[in-house]
Amino acid sequence: MGFEHFWLSGFDQIHTAFWTYLAVGLQNGAVYAMIAVGYTLVYGVLGLINFAHGEVFMCGGFAGVFLTRGILGDRVGTGWGSVGLILAGVLIGGLVSALVATGVERVAYRPLRQRHAPKLAFLISAIGMSFFLQTLAGKEFGYGVNIFPGQVFEPGQVLFVMFGTSIHTIAVVSIVAAIVMLVIADRIVRATRLGRGIRAVSQDAETSSLMGVNIDRTITITFILGGALAGAAGFLYSLQSGIVQNAGTEVGIYAFTAAVLGGIGNLRGAALGGLFIGLFGSFSVPFAFEGNIQWTEIYTFLILVLVLIIRPTGILGEKSGRTA
Amino acid sequence: MTIVSLANLKRLGLTLLMMGVIAIMTGSPGSSTAPPTTGVHGSFFERVSWFGLFAVQRWVLFATLGVIVWLLVSLYRPQARNIRRGVNTVLALPKSITAKRPTRIAFMVLALIVVLILPKLVHESFWMYLIVEQIGVWILLALGLNVVVGFAGLLDLGFAAFYAIGAYTTAWFTGALPMPALFHHPIPTLWVIPIGVLAAMIFGVLLGTPTLRLRGDYLAIVTLGFALIIDDFVEIQTGVTGGGIGTSSVPHPSINVGFWHLHFGISNTPYYYLCLFFIIIFIMIFTSLEHSRIGRSWVAIREDEVAAESVGINPLKYKVMAFAVGAASGGFGGVMSAGLVNIVNPSLFTYQISVNVLVLVIFGGMGSIWGVALGAIVIQTVTSYLDNYQPWGYQINDLYMYIGALLIIMMIFRPAGLLPSRRRAREFAAAEGGEEIHTDEVLSGEQP
Repeated sequence: MGFEHFWLSGFDQIHTAFWTYLAVGLQNGAVYAMIAVGYTLVYGVLGLINFAHGEVFMCGGFAGVFLTRGILGDRVGTGWGSVGLILAGVLIGGLVSALVATGVERVAYRPLRQRHAPKLAFLISAIGMSFFLQTLAGKEFGYGVNIFPGQVFEPGQVLFVMFGTSIHTIAVVSIVAAIVMLVIADRIVRATRLGRGIRAVSQDAETSSLMGVNIDRTITITFILGGALAGAAGFLYSLQSGIVQNAGTEVGIYAFTAAVLGGIGNLRGAALGGLFIGLFGSFSVPFAFEGNIQWTEIYTFLILVLVLIIRPTGILGEKSGRTA
Repeated sequence: MTIVSLANLKRLGLTLLMMGVIAIMTGSPGSSTAPPTTGVHGSFFERVSWFGLFAVQRWVLFATLGVIVWLLVSLYRPQARNIRRGVNTVLALPKSITAKRPTRIAFMVLALIVVLILPKLVHESFWMYLIVEQIGVWILLALGLNVVVGFAGLLDLGFAAFYAIGAYTTAWFTGALPMPALFHHPIPTLWVIPIGVLAAMIFGVLLGTPTLRLRGDYLAIVTLGFALIIDDFVEIQTGVTGGGIGTSSVPHPSINVGFWHLHFGISNTPYYYLCLFFIIIFIMIFTSLEHSRIGRSWVAIREDEVAAESVGINPLKYKVMAFAVGAASGGFGGVMSAGLVNIVNPSLFTYQISVNVLVLVIFGGMGSIWGVALGAIVIQTVTSYLDNYQPWGYQINDLYMYIGALLIIMMIFRPAGLLPSRRRAREFAAAEGGEEIHTDEVLSGEQP
């Protein structure tokens, strides 16, 4: 049982179950991509990491699950009805998260922004916000695992079988929803008046305000956009993995890694980075020593640390000044 | 001034909203088995009695409080400035009294006498435990983080790692870990103090050298990433570190010099003096460092790294130095804690612990040594009291809610802290006045 054997057995597992790993990786990647976009957008307009973004994601997960569970009662969704339910969950998750994100901006960022506080102050108040939201959610909904996956849908619902691998409904739904929402977000930023405002503020806030862009409004819209995506992601994530009050910390760091990997400030880069982190997390499972799943966490954190140290501008290059 | 104006009504709405949040924060908790809105429902519709006088539902109480607060604020708005000025005067009192050298020395002697006889005054074991375990050790941690955040301006979110290094080194060298002690020869706990401090400093250099090229938020997240890696790693390596359970057999320190035998045991008093001795030493070291060439370099780097570099300061070198110096104090805190409670496990260095130390520094005043010590005393006393006696329906898990809220409130209203360091206060004021001290203007989208 040497290192070589371990290495080979890892590849062996991938060889036998490649499509399963791929499906799981794509599903997680879709979720990370949606959250990463929020990090990247906020970094574009404010020039700082929104440490409370993971909690925005968590709130969306709770909201979506509670709504769908309230509609369903004791039943679980099956068949075509579940599509409508997922739509409702995504919508309400996105809505609540957008509200929470606006609140975060109002309470933790705006008062400091108006005073031109130093960057350290923003980081600290964002961390405070993150702890506040996390603990408040824990107090209201209980600490630890409280929403089990499968309370909304039967966990093993298979949509179709491809290459001998059964593809779950949730995976397909997550990926489709992510693609749709990411394309919409990309269009908003690139092709609308609002997006032009966001891009202008990212380039130079002061000059853009001289050109008639309302900075406060633009920043609020950015938070709403990022929050809505994170909330939808929160609901999709909770269908698969359940949601806990501190889910935001870990998933948030994964998504942040994705954003940095794609070049922070770069929307398309964040989406690709999210996909990569999802696939990486899934394909590194067979390489966990002694089957201990915490190794995959270590691998992902290592990516974060290495990317930041070696190439902080990301793989695709930082575009913070140009396209948000 | 009329009360019923649009601005005032908006303020009323905000006040009521805030009261709603407070009602939820202090209300009854929900649980994972109850329906999801149980907690919120209980927070608003539970009946409470006010000192047995009258019983109302909570929403009535909080709405009334909100209206009262709103009325007070609306009617006495011009006086708000006086209140703020009064608070400032009271908080500036220690500084203004001790401005003259003789009074300062007199105060220090008085304070020294008080802390020296404190164990004679305190009898209840809870308070003694609190003074040593919750205040003493945490003052050490906060002093260490103060060097990193306060002096050098580097936000380290993995500071508890140094604490853990100290604690695990102690456990390793005393033979308490599953892994055998170095040279299979356990040594007494007191001898580990220099080793633990050194180990933490070396780790600080190792961690700092690659990461400290980054600035601001990137540094924060990379230190957090490292802390998470170490946390996972320690939990996985059951054969080396004892995994998630850790160890609970670190021996108490004991002194055997000739005819003098002192076994520390479970009484807190000897630890108190040991801790006090080292706190005083660390305060002296850090104070002299602050005013030395190194301290001035830290200030220069913190205020403008590019300018500092252009006058010949090597930023990386001094930042790594700040990490190492801060780590020394944190590592000693770890050794103390391990010897005191005998237990070492991964819960010592979670992200939450790191943020908890950060709160002490922020609350007391970044960069102000006495402020940080005061912050540690105040916050640790309050939180330990709350955890131990759980008054007014407080629950242990609620702690980080209040800590988070405190961080936000401090950043909004008093970013320089309770007893601000003079320079820090001026930096914040200058930044707010629009004077250019910081290159990292938040809105300019500066790239790290």
